[in-house]
Amino acid sequence: MIPENAVCVRPEGFTETPTHYCPGCTHGVAHRLVAEVLQEMNVLDKTIGVAPVGCSVFAYNYFDTDFVEAPHGRAPAMATGIKRVLPDRIVFTYQGDGDLASIGMGEIVHAAARGENLTVIFVNNANFGMTGGQMAPTTLPGMKTTSSQNGRDVETQGYPIKMAEMLATLDGVGFCARRSLHDAKNIRLAKKAIRLAFETQARGLGFAMVELLSTCPTNWGMTPVNSLKFVEEHMVPAYPLGDYKISEAIKQIKI
Amino acid sequence: MPKELWKGNEAIAEAAVRAGLEAYFGYPITPQTEILEYLSRRMPELGRAFVQAESELGAINMVYGAACTGVRVMSSSSSPGVSLMMEGISYIAGTEVPAVLVNVMRGGPGLGNIAPAQADYNQAVHGGGHGDYQPIVLAPASVQEAIDLMVLSFDLAEKYRSVCMMILDGCVGQMMEPAQMPEMRPVHRENWDWATNGKMGKRERRILSSIYIEPAEEEKMNLRLLNRWQTIQANEVRYKEYFLDDAEIVIVGFGTAGRVALSAVREARAEGIKVGLLRPVTVSPFPSEVIEQLAGRVDAFLVTEMNSGQMLEDVRLAVKGRVPVEFYGRLGGMVPFPDEILNEIHRMAKSKMAVNANPRDAWLARMATA
Amino acid sequence: MQKEIIIAGFGGQGVLFGGQVLAYAAMDTGKDVTWIPSYGPEMRGGTANCTVVIADHEIGSPLVKNPPLAIALNLPSFDKYEPMLASGGTLIVNQSMVDHSAQRSDIHTIFVPCNEIAEEIGDKKLMNMVAIGAMLTALPEIKIEDVEKALEAHLPARHKHLLPKNYEALKRGFEHAQKEWDKVPCEQVQNGTLFEELCLNEPGHGLHSSLSPIL
Ligand SMILES: Cc1ncc(C[n+]2csc(CCOP(=O)(O)OP(=O)(O)O)c2C)c(N)n1
Ligand code: SF4
Ligand SMILES: [Mg+2]
Repeated sequence: MIPENAVCVRPEGFTETPTHYCPGCTHGVAHRLVAEVLQEMNVLDKTIGVAPVGCSVFAYNYFDTDFVEAPHGRAPAMATGIKRVLPDRIVFTYQGDGDLASIGMGEIVHAAARGENLTVIFVNNANFGMTGGQMAPTTLPGMKTTSSQNGRDVETQGYPIKMAEMLATLDGVGFCARRSLHDAKNIRLAKKAIRLAFETQARGLGFAMVELLSTCPTNWGMTPVNSLKFVEEHMVPAYPLGDYKISEAIKQIKI
Repeated sequence: MPKELWKGNEAIAEAAVRAGLEAYFGYPITPQTEILEYLSRRMPELGRAFVQAESELGAINMVYGAACTGVRVMSSSSSPGVSLMMEGISYIAGTEVPAVLVNVMRGGPGLGNIAPAQADYNQAVHGGGHGDYQPIVLAPASVQEAIDLMVLSFDLAEKYRSVCMMILDGCVGQMMEPAQMPEMRPVHRENWDWATNGKMGKRERRILSSIYIEPAEEEKMNLRLLNRWQTIQANEVRYKEYFLDDAEIVIVGFGTAGRVALSAVREARAEGIKVGLLRPVTVSPFPSEVIEQLAGRVDAFLVTEMNSGQMLEDVRLAVKGRVPVEFYGRLGGMVPFPDEILNEIHRMAKSKMAVNANPRDAWLARMATA
Repeated sequence: MQKEIIIAGFGGQGVLFGGQVLAYAAMDTGKDVTWIPSYGPEMRGGTANCTVVIADHEIGSPLVKNPPLAIALNLPSFDKYEPMLASGGTLIVNQSMVDHSAQRSDIHTIFVPCNEIAEEIGDKKLMNMVAIGAMLTALPEIKIEDVEKALEAHLPARHKHLLPKNYEALKRGFEHAQKEWDKVPCEQVQNGTLFEELCLNEPGHGLHSSLSPIL
């Protein structure tokens, strides 16, 4: 029984395992939104998650659904394998920016191009969190990381990749959006987008991805509060929020 | 140059720089990321090439490309990343260009963990990539040895137009020890007669490829590699001996398992047990000859590894069933403590396994009753 | 001669640096030495430890199961390493961060209020040096002057102004421990197997944390 005055309860989609994320890391927020959406859509029972290699490698400990753990970057391929043999299940990947936009660029592009009925939760925290804060393809120009110690030099280390914009150009994509997790309002908007991304899959409307701008206080060397500010002030301008592709059928959905 | 306290990974990176490394391509992975991080700072400082690739697959093919131009080039990774490099390594071997790689091994298979392991021995020594080729594989057990072998790697790779891989485990990568760096060698571009660095108005064009559409030609190429391998076997075997002169039991172990065994050997010697240690420094080419000679005068061997007995098979091949070869291993990222090996020495000092018994089965049976 | 020392505490307590200072002192006095950290979880604010082995011969194993010497800078480390110490060994405990007394009587457990002493000196970060100073009372192979010289030789230039306070921390730790030595009785047990059994329950030594989230 949930008491009447409860302010916050554990979503049914969560196990009771405490997460290992650093204090203030928004991976936990992203997890919660996914769990809430799966619960609200009443699909927990038939969902299979695919965890990446990255800080969210242990995602399978926290979601109360079936889960597999993919090699680094290959989650969309594993998810394709699962979805093709079990098309009535809900299959999602949860991937970081190193996983999805660096080593896994091939897999994500082709899953999208094939229009695989998958939902991808893409957590962009502008670095490789798990391995100690190296540069990611999404690292902002000038941003210091342990492998761009004088700040990312676009001349030798390239320019940030805007995944949502890029994938939106592919015909197989049914829904593709970018949201941010830096404050309550944006978190609510993120949840709606996550819902739409799962609805896209449930209706067989093709590949769906939500890119979530996220924090990494530990490797950014910032307090949790300052890292939320960093997202708002530096990440959002570089990675504009919005819907980059939304099919007509999805537009009709009222949540 | 005076000794400094160096961390294994950083020492490897600096040693490569001093050996004339012109280009590094890599991708972060624990427990070797310090190599990449160190070089991300050091290489641009010296005006040399550094790229954090999109993946190990990207990195190894960047190495392949740079290697074709004849410069000193390397990559480093850890087990899962090295698995991804295997295709490229086979191509590099098939194209006969020199390339240097470092694998700081961790627990596996699969994602495994980041603890020290030696389970990629077979992958490194007995192929890994497809086709018929033999890489040179070096296995340092200390920071100083890692520095020295890093420098040697470039020389060997160039001398034999071969892949040279240094395999170490997370212990050596993460450990600090006093060590001496070599002098900085100036970057020197050898005028190789095979490098595809542009005709530049001076010569006929060159092509580097691993395609031999005619099987007869491919066979010739395979034989060429094999002949070269025989020269390597004849000239490049390296190992370290400890207390072997009057040894009745000989432990064979490489890298960290080898140095842990050294502690056990010292303790056993203090108790008067005649035990010695052979630590292969090159595991490919393998010091088969010295093991074969030892087999003629010692009572038994004990192979210790941080895997399920991969080098064990190479030792057995060299011993040829003349005396018992026993085994003790830890798996999955566990590092043996000296007392575990000392227990094995005590046991063997009392009674040894039958010559024809299977060492892995015997070890598993002991583990089950322990 | 071979001595093994484990230094353990929270990440941020200067555990790894403390071990490195010992390693430098050993190196500069011509000994062989290894320093190896537990790598992995400490960057996430968990516990950290390092093992230092000092010898006058080529060192074999850089890891040790039952160290003769250990420093526990916090409570979890005290609870973890007390059972692991070799019988007759010495455990330096940061009294400022533990709430119970020693369980074993066959080792020397020396309590040193490292935080308070460091604060008296005027920099609470120096508590690792206080503990190192205390440890030197059980490590005659390395003298306090050796550590001072090592600090002077290897501390980055920008930290050189901190040298006098570091020296003071070492000295205060050493002096405090010396006084404690007279107080601690130790019934040496020749056979340490009892404690080895306890250690077998450990999931592993420093390098094997059950969760090492940096794959
Ligand atoms: C083949 C392979 N290469 C490299 C690694 C090491 N590795 C683990 S996680 C990671 C990057 C994770 O970054 P990201 O995907 O951005 O996730 P985050 O931790 O930031 O959430 C890397 C490079 C690996 N496990 N496997
Ligand atoms: S390292 Fe960064 S991304 Fe990973 S859990 Fe910590 S704050 Fe989050
Ligand atoms: Mg990331």
